[in-house]
Amino acid sequence: MAAELHVELVAADRSVWSGEATLVVARTTSGDIGVMPGHQPLLGVLESGPVTIRTSDGATVVAAVHGGFISFADNKLSLLAEIAELSDEIDVQRTERELERAKAEGDAAAERRADVRLRAVSAR
Amino acid sequence: MGAQLRVYKRRIRSVTATKKITKAMEMIAASRVVKAQRKVAASAPYATELTRAVTAVGTGSNTKHPLTTEAETATRSAVLLLTSDRGLAGAFNSNAIKEAELLTARLEAEGKEVDTYIVGRRGLAHYNFRELKVVESWSGFTDEPAYADAKKVAAPLIEAIEKDTAAGGVDELHIVYTEFVSMMTQTAVDGRLLPLRLEEVAEEPSTKGEILPLFEFEPSAEDVLDALLPRYVESRIYNALLQSAASKHAATRRAMKSATDNAGDLITSLSRLANAARQAEITQEISEIVGGSAALADATAGSDK
Repeated sequence: MAAELHVELVAADRSVWSGEATLVVARTTSGDIGVMPGHQPLLGVLESGPVTIRTSDGATVVAAVHGGFISFADNKLSLLAEIAELSDEIDVQRTERELERAKAEGDAAAERRADVRLRAVSAR
Repeated sequence: MGAQLRVYKRRIRSVTATKKITKAMEMIAASRVVKAQRKVAASAPYATELTRAVTAVGTGSNTKHPLTTEAETATRSAVLLLTSDRGLAGAFNSNAIKEAELLTARLEAEGKEVDTYIVGRRGLAHYNFRELKVVESWSGFTDEPAYADAKKVAAPLIEAIEKDTAAGGVDELHIVYTEFVSMMTQTAVDGRLLPLRLEEVAEEPSTKGEILPLFEFEPSAEDVLDALLPRYVESRIYNALLQSAASKHAATRRAMKSATDNAGDLITSLSRLANAARQAEITQEISEIVGGSAALADATAGSDK
């Protein structure tokens, strides 16, 4: 059995996903970072972006994460985000409408959020 | 029907209507407590993970941050008081307000100025009525607070604490809220949110025998702390808002339950009084008839002479 790490993806108001994984890729403020089992203890600031989790049974879970932290210690990885959605929770049509609206209103933050959601869906 | 009996009947009707209302409110509050409790539980993982992370940075690096270092002489403190928008919750709001006033008095005795921030219309009404100064207040979400509401509340507080004291900033941040202990017990508590006592935070995990590893910080310990501490404050405020909401619903449920019980008692005693009044009326009527016929008989007997 390959080495595994335990992942907890939690949003402010709920626990989004938890389970065993072999690789987690997330975007920190200083670039993408991949965490595998046995990584050095790490604490980083996340950028808004998709997070890819390769689970131990070979499946891939993608989540759109908006701001937050990644922390890894004792083979336990926690992803803390104010808002986090799994890619299959995202309503593509609604997000596209949101993107249009954000573009029209020039709301950069909302545009970025919608963009990240769409990228998470396409990465699935 | 006699006048007295009619009055009793009317009061019974009105108390019965009130009882129905309070019973309904009790049941609504009961269902909301469960919902609010679930939200408190759902927010717990984020709060625990965040506390772990803060502890890790706090103990794993020697970084000094305005949010963790204590001012040598604190001159101004901010007090955030969490109350509810609506009453009918027994002593819920007055307990929280009393706690805040005690805290304010204590801080003032230590020679600090106190800036008051209030969540909930009840607390605001109390302060406005007494013409006490309130820096900022929020309302409209106390029944079901969302994380965005906590962010809204936290933003000016974090801004105030980051500002220099001379420029109107604060050195400390205290929070007064009602802790949800159980369905029957909710206690108003006050706590200092900032500056963070890292030893205090660090004690929690160490009691579980967990040794904190040395962390690698991405991009740097300062940046992580910069980003982490506001989130920590928000999450603590969010948790306090949720607990306060759960406590409020529990308090409402209890207050409405005793109101319903009292209404039931009142109805029982009023119906007894109404029965007695009806009986007295009947007795009086009978004695009037008997008396009347006796007088009539006496009169006829007299006229025969």
